Amino acid sequence: MTEWLTPAEWGVIGLSLKVSLLSVALTLPVAYALAWLLARRRFPGRILLDALVHLPLVVPPVVTGWILLVLFGRNGPIGAWLEETFGLVLVFRWTGAALAAAVMALPLMVRAMRLSIEAVDRRLVEVARTLGARPWRAFLSITLPLTLPGIAAGAMLGFARSLGEFGATITFVSNIPGETRTLPLAIYSGLQLPGAEVQVARLSLISVVLSIAALIVSELLVRRSAGSRAHVL
Amino acid sequence: MSFEVALSRRIGERTVELAFASETRLTALVGPSGVGKTTVLNCIAGLLRPESGRIVIEGTVLFDADAGIDLPPEQRRAGYVFQDARLFPHMRVAANLAYGEKLARIEDRWIKQVEVVEFLGIGPLLNRWPATLSGGETRRVAIGRALLSAPRFLLLDEPFASLDEARSETLMAVVERIRDELQIPILLVSHDRVEVDRLAGEVVTLA
Repeated sequence: MTEWLTPAEWGVIGLSLKVSLLSVALTLPVAYALAWLLARRRFPGRILLDALVHLPLVVPPVVTGWILLVLFGRNGPIGAWLEETFGLVLVFRWTGAALAAAVMALPLMVRAMRLSIEAVDRRLVEVARTLGARPWRAFLSITLPLTLPGIAAGAMLGFARSLGEFGATITFVSNIPGETRTLPLAIYSGLQLPGAEVQVARLSLISVVLSIAALIVSELLVRRSAGSRAHVL
Repeated sequence: MSFEVALSRRIGERTVELAFASETRLTALVGPSGVGKTTVLNCIAGLLRPESGRIVIEGTVLFDADAGIDLPPEQRRAGYVFQDARLFPHMRVAANLAYGEKLARIEDRWIKQVEVVEFLGIGPLLNRWPATLSGGETRRVAIGRALLSAPRFLLLDEPFASLDEARSETLMAVVERIRDELQIPILLVSHDRVEVDRLAGEVVTLA
């Protein structure tokens, strides 16, 4: 089976998977916390937070990438601090690609998780409280297990989005083979070369198959957690 | 003094106001539909905060607006059986029953699961999922779950609503047994005069 693709192509797929997995792992707790805040709490500025979370969905990805560059570049406020404190550099690194993918995937993950949190009957938490559970315990034993399908759906959706991330990635960490050349970037590079049509076609097909699979699994999971009224597609 | 309740709470456009003190084992709270009986229970359980008043049960102060006391629900030890039972859908009956029991301190527990199961006749249901139970079975499990959480008093919200006569009768016998054998004060909400006359030692009306 390894003869289907060249070692270079396997490398690209491997890098894409690595970047996407890290992206989802980073975003999962953040997305859930935001989803819970937006679903369960009223506070001043809530609409603003909602809008901010959705920003990467509507702003041109290049702009998002540029903002990341400004903040996380080696001279940027956060980037400089990361390098000083942890020796961590994100630009031109696959970890930076993961950050770009994470930011772009966040809105989709928050939406999926928020749906499933809203579908949990709050009165069940009330019951748990009257039975002696403190708020944190009630959350862990009631809300969290009931929203697990939503978390899985969000993770799958975020994974699919991360696999397909292009604009923010190429702007923030550029297109370095073996380091930041994920699947979409590899396809883009292939298009620039004469005679790489077959390779481009192959990589594109893989990209489509992976994304469709992730989307379908995600849709099924969300339906399971919030009933057939709810959907992400 | 079993129940010593005085509270005032605005719900929507109306204000629910009530004050009573009772010493009997089972006190009934009656009134027309929508008058605020469930609101009263929610205040006593700590799920809603009254605007003013004082709630003392069996000598323990649960709420006192003037003294700034407001115990959170998990500290009030109310065995609250909701009108719609609300069993946890992601746990089987046995796990539902044990939920409150596991959270109670050992020295506070006064009844064992085997006793409750036998008392309520829910042995055959232990391994079932809540979604597969009938209305009467769900109610009995909800009562069992509340009893096992080491409550100091019980709050029953319309426990016989939408049950047919046979089930209603069975459940009424259960409540009578709890009243007579288990020695903890019960506040029962109902809009049915027949149930109330049979079970209650004292009746409080909310108008």
